[in-house]
Amino acid sequence: MTAVMGTPMLRKEDGKLLTGEGKFVDDIHVPGELWMGMVRSPHAKATITSIDASGALAMPGVQAVHTGPDLADMGLWIAPLPCAWPVTPDMLNPPHFPVASGEVHHVGEIVAVVLADSRYGAADAIDEVVVHYDSLPAAASVAEARDGDVLAHSDLDTNKAYHWPLVPDPDALDAAFAGADVVVAADFVQQRLIPTAMEPRGVLAVPSPHGGDITLYSATQVPHILKVMAAATTGIPENQIRIIAPAVGGGFGAKLNINPDEILALTLANKLGRAVRWTESRSEAAGSTHQGRGQLQHIELAADSNGKLQGVRVHVDADMGAYMMLITPGVPLLGSFLYTGVYDVPAFGFTCDGYFTNMTPTDAYRGAGRPEASYAIERAMDLLALEVGVGPDEIRRRNYINGGEAFENHEAASTLVFDSGHYGPSLDRALEMADYEGLRAEQSRRREAGDKVQLGIGMCTYVEICGLAPSRALGGLGYGAGGWEHATVRMLPTGKVEVVSGSTPHGQGHETAWSQIIADKMGVSPHDVTVLHSDTAMSPLGLDTYGSRSLAVGGVAIAMAADKVVEKARLIAAHQFEAAPEDVQFENGSFSVAGSPSSSVHIQELGFAAFAAHDLPDGIEPNLQEQVSFDPPNFAFPFGTHVAVVEVDEDTGGVKLTGYFAVDDCGNQVNPLIVEGQVHGGIVQGAAQALFEEAAYDDEGNITNPSLMDYLVPSTMEMPSMKLDSTTTPSTTNPLGVKGVGEAGTIGSAAAVINAVCDALSPHGISDLEMPASPQRVWNAINRASGNGEGGAS
Amino acid sequence: MKLTLTVNGTTHTSEVEPRTLLVHHLRDNLGLTGTNIGCDTSSCGACTVHFEGQSVKSCTMLAVQADGGEITTIEGLADQAQQAGISTGDQDWHPMQEAFHQCHGLQCGYCTPGMVMAATSLLEENPDADEGGVREGLEGNLCRCTGYHNIVKAVLQAKGGA
Repeated sequence: MTAVMGTPMLRKEDGKLLTGEGKFVDDIHVPGELWMGMVRSPHAKATITSIDASGALAMPGVQAVHTGPDLADMGLWIAPLPCAWPVTPDMLNPPHFPVASGEVHHVGEIVAVVLADSRYGAADAIDEVVVHYDSLPAAASVAEARDGDVLAHSDLDTNKAYHWPLVPDPDALDAAFAGADVVVAADFVQQRLIPTAMEPRGVLAVPSPHGGDITLYSATQVPHILKVMAAATTGIPENQIRIIAPAVGGGFGAKLNINPDEILALTLANKLGRAVRWTESRSEAAGSTHQGRGQLQHIELAADSNGKLQGVRVHVDADMGAYMMLITPGVPLLGSFLYTGVYDVPAFGFTCDGYFTNMTPTDAYRGAGRPEASYAIERAMDLLALEVGVGPDEIRRRNYINGGEAFENHEAASTLVFDSGHYGPSLDRALEMADYEGLRAEQSRRREAGDKVQLGIGMCTYVEICGLAPSRALGGLGYGAGGWEHATVRMLPTGKVEVVSGSTPHGQGHETAWSQIIADKMGVSPHDVTVLHSDTAMSPLGLDTYGSRSLAVGGVAIAMAADKVVEKARLIAAHQFEAAPEDVQFENGSFSVAGSPSSSVHIQELGFAAFAAHDLPDGIEPNLQEQVSFDPPNFAFPFGTHVAVVEVDEDTGGVKLTGYFAVDDCGNQVNPLIVEGQVHGGIVQGAAQALFEEAAYDDEGNITNPSLMDYLVPSTMEMPSMKLDSTTTPSTTNPLGVKGVGEAGTIGSAAAVINAVCDALSPHGISDLEMPASPQRVWNAINRASGNGEGGAS
Repeated sequence: MKLTLTVNGTTHTSEVEPRTLLVHHLRDNLGLTGTNIGCDTSSCGACTVHFEGQSVKSCTMLAVQADGGEITTIEGLADQAQQAGISTGDQDWHPMQEAFHQCHGLQCGYCTPGMVMAATSLLEENPDADEGGVREGLEGNLCRCTGYHNIVKAVLQAKGGA
């Protein structure tokens, strides 16, 4: 059999999804189910003075209305919703229950739950629950929270939740800045984003008709984590909870949480003995699902007169939102180690203050901390290039780790060890694909001609940390769980292979990729492989999918388990051949004795021998099944260079992304087709942050664009076709040499796009522009630079 | 209200509340859950079906507005193609479904039924659509996974193969 790994095999997942047979949570129904409807706070901060549910309760089909105090009295939970990442021992973490009591802290916080016997009935009942509030001043931005005049939580005496420093050598850092020829300082705003997986979240909790256990279907990325946390929150014994993530329509981090609705459905269904369901509406999601980003960044670069970096100093004020959710406080930490980017930086320091605000909680969103870091360093490098008077490509080349040549195990000033990298070729190739010289010539032509549509070219060389990952490292950062992943591989009696993975896909194509790994390792057809996942009864051990970890941790575990199955099968084959195991070779799925290749047995034939167990070697257990929990020794560090080309209409301020060129390196690839798809989607999410998307809150903490009418997820018309290539620098962290690629596109693209916009505007003396670079913002910047004032608030 | 719809060639008579959205009728009453819901403002196109041969967003129609009409959903697309004499191959897929598969035009698959329905309708209306035409024709359908690159490629390939 020829190699399957590394080939663009078409996806096994596609059939069901293309024909409408894929079952998402809202597609699954059980008899007697009740629909939950959430009564949500319209205030960012307020005291609940009364709740009158009588109108709702009088409606036909309405079974119950519960408030926060009711549910607490009913004993439906034993602990608040969990935060798994207390980043410091003294971090503030006000209790966050599924339904508020007393004071509400963001628009969309649940104040009462209705249960009705139909979808529309629940929606109607919500409107008939009358809640009175005394509204209170809200901390409606992180800057306001930092000022501290308005408290997000009345019972805290500060908005500052924590201070987290990463300054490995303060003296070296001070010396670097004291001795610098050039210091560049910049402030950037990472606006809040609404993740917007196309499938809204949803839940369905189904108690067993026989009692004793309960199944929760949830549109989640993390069924295994949810199972542990649901038990800890509700008090339902963990061994009585089964979580199923059926087809899940995208996640991007937004389905990586323990949400009020999940806990409510589970605990209410358990109490009532009836199935309980809820499906989020899109407009509701702005208050019911966590948001991403939300940081104010200050970065300083110290360099010599040639632009060679001597030190990087960063401070971040991070917007936690109203509560600490699963990993809210840890998101900035995930980025902290990357503020030196792909560069050789002798001295580094990072500090972060986390602040509570009266807005929807923030948490992981595609890249989680790393796009923010990459943006800051890659924007700042362009500013340094301007300061030093060299091109953006040259400033990068002067600073790449190991001069842009290949390296392994580089210890960065942040203390992390980068597994492998080779940055120079990715820049060379990206510039070649983009025809960089040609673009610069066209840019000059337009500038000289005074063309009203100017050209901008931006680049970004990123590195990211993925494959989350070493349990010890996560423990050292205060994270509450490990980072291993589990796999079981079994050869069935008929020669088919079942792979059980704790990694939980929601569009990534795991069934295909894992089948390819098995095909290569075991010499079977990928179509003989079935992948079982996303159901804690089928796959009891796992840590799920986030942080571009599925392949670098979960896929490696599968490969290792497959190797163990082959080794066991080798013993059985040797027994059949009456040969020593070390004389038995394995190739393309067949065992044979060295020197006599005519007699051979295929591993798929040994499945039955191991099952029947009539004639196994002494001491060998029946069945061909092995399992591995893989805990990698280090993270993996994918990288790449992206080049964005924009046209800026100076009359309207409109920015059009006209070209995008990306060279990504995720180590060895299992399926290049899937890699490309991940990069495409990632690029667009980052470009969308650069140009279109922002969760906009007014001064009172109301979100002003919760629907897809106003929140500008890009369509086909905003994006160009992209040109991709890759280089291959295997990881040294795992035996497959693989990294991860799910977030890479997003980590590279926002900086590349804004660098391009600023490049287009540079003749005006404009060197920075806040995201999203909306037409109004661009137009105002041009007019401000020309001394014409502004047309309105940006 | 009493309502009669022919969906994927089968006629259904149902009693519905007048306010029932077509998409909810298809999904909750007729059990055709392939048509998805991704928003509440008629923005995302996940609910796109064919009504009387044209693509419509089924969240933007009341079920009763479709009374007496013919609807095709993703579940019936291949059968409809077959009846029209279009080869549906070994998998029994419409050529557009096959093209999405070949071009990796889907990841999570949630927008896919609506995207495929919109794309087939687009090519019927504009059989010569170039990349710009395809992008314009799919503007009302949002995808968060693919960046549209491979969706556009798939539609152009389906056009070439038709």
